[in-house]
Amino acid sequence: MVVEVVALKIGILAVQGDFEAHAAMLQQLGAQTTEVRTPADLEGCAGLILPGGESTTQLKFLKEEGLADKIVKFAERGGAIFGTCAGAILLAKDVQHPKQDSLKLMDMTVIRNAYGRQIASDVVSGPTSLKKEPLEMVFIRGPVIERAGPDVKVLAEYAGKPALVQRENLMAATFHPELTDDTTVHEYFLSLANSRAKQRANGVKSSK
Amino acid sequence: MDVKKPNGHGNGNKGSNEWRVKVGLAEMLKGGVIMDVTNAEQAKIAENAGACAVMALERVPSDIRKEGGVARMASIKVIREIMNTVTIPVMAKVRIGHFAEAEVLQALEVDFIDESEVLTPADEENHIWKHDYRVPFVCGARNLGEALRRIAEGAAMIRTKGEAGSGNVVEAVRHMRAIMSQMKKLTTMREDELMHEAKEMGAPLELVRQIAKTGKLPVPNFSAGGIATPADAALVRRLGAEAVFVGSGIFKSSDPEARAKAVVKATTHFEEPKAVLEAHEELGEAMRGLDVRQLEEKDLLATRGW
Repeated sequence: MVVEVVALKIGILAVQGDFEAHAAMLQQLGAQTTEVRTPADLEGCAGLILPGGESTTQLKFLKEEGLADKIVKFAERGGAIFGTCAGAILLAKDVQHPKQDSLKLMDMTVIRNAYGRQIASDVVSGPTSLKKEPLEMVFIRGPVIERAGPDVKVLAEYAGKPALVQRENLMAATFHPELTDDTTVHEYFLSLANSRAKQRANGVKSSK
Repeated sequence: MDVKKPNGHGNGNKGSNEWRVKVGLAEMLKGGVIMDVTNAEQAKIAENAGACAVMALERVPSDIRKEGGVARMASIKVIREIMNTVTIPVMAKVRIGHFAEAEVLQALEVDFIDESEVLTPADEENHIWKHDYRVPFVCGARNLGEALRRIAEGAAMIRTKGEAGSGNVVEAVRHMRAIMSQMKKLTTMREDELMHEAKEMGAPLELVRQIAKTGKLPVPNFSAGGIATPADAALVRRLGAEAVFVGSGIFKSSDPEARAKAVVKATTHFEEPKAVLEAHEELGEAMRGLDVRQLEEKDLLATRGW
């Protein structure tokens, strides 16, 4: 099991945001990481992290570099994607407060800066299906998932709202697991990326 | 997330939840460009160009330099208009040591406070005790000792001072090189040499020991002061800056919108000369620069701060 994870290459969108924090956590778990700034950087990646940062800045960049289309195709081919905070906003089908364009990959409505400005940023905890104990959640100018579509599975909650969600190969968190010492969420993402990569490898073999 | 209730371990000690969310916001700004703006219209231009945050101030440093007088915290009306116009974080400057201005900005709920040498200092010995605030602070530094003194006081982000409003990157380069090489030196030193080194640089031993182990600052390390072109941004990034502040460089140029976009592009692709070249194409004239060596001691901003 560990050997398979070691072989996984995870791309991290490194336009702007806390991409280094994600890289440190994934490397600690034995994954290989690569910074993604151009469509070519995505080649050979089993998974992709869309880190925290400013979603307006990141989105502008994704469109200008032709990365937006490439990421949508990556998702359609079954590549695992995990968006945290700004990354979750980029994945959402519907973005409010204010209305904003996105990659529209996950059926959910996200409200930006829903808790207010930086002064309302906080470290809290909430129940999760990934482990028995509550999950520590670092919210920084965080969004709220106001509505999750019927196919979207809620993996963790805070204050009665979904905080960590999954739809098939896609995951989104409104908080920052990469800023804690708890590797639960990243381990879950790596196993998701691993199983999806295997499925795709088998699919390629059987179609030949 | 009740704003009034103190979170975590309360008084903002390192490792507390409060400290983690302060440094956390600084982490979110890495790789980006923070632009000085003096009104809502400029803030919108900055946001549209891809700035990851804006710094609200009354006059950009080059005007402060030209017009003289006492430079203070910006008018609340202007800061509030900017906060209401953009969705990216809004920073604002306070005078060194002016904790009452800082309290006002915290009450206004700006996202980050810059205790800045660009404004006229209010205290010539003491900086603000920044642990007392829920809003994170950024401070300027010329060398590692200064950076560590500010971090010990509670700064959640360090930026080089450079020489603001000069359009001349030489001081930012000097400061970034100093900080990076002093950190590298610490990692090569024996443990029994660190006390002397801490004494020499006027920095707390605990932080000096930490840098000796990790080789990097415990908070994000950005660059500011005199950055005027995309290549300037790429230069300081290559020297170790994790993000870039651009002050007068954008709105004092002949083409603010194009220049703002170009600086963002070069900051992201700082390791690819072709992308920096593309950023320079179609740019007009940069702001007029100053030879820092011809400035008189009294006109230097970087020497403010203790």
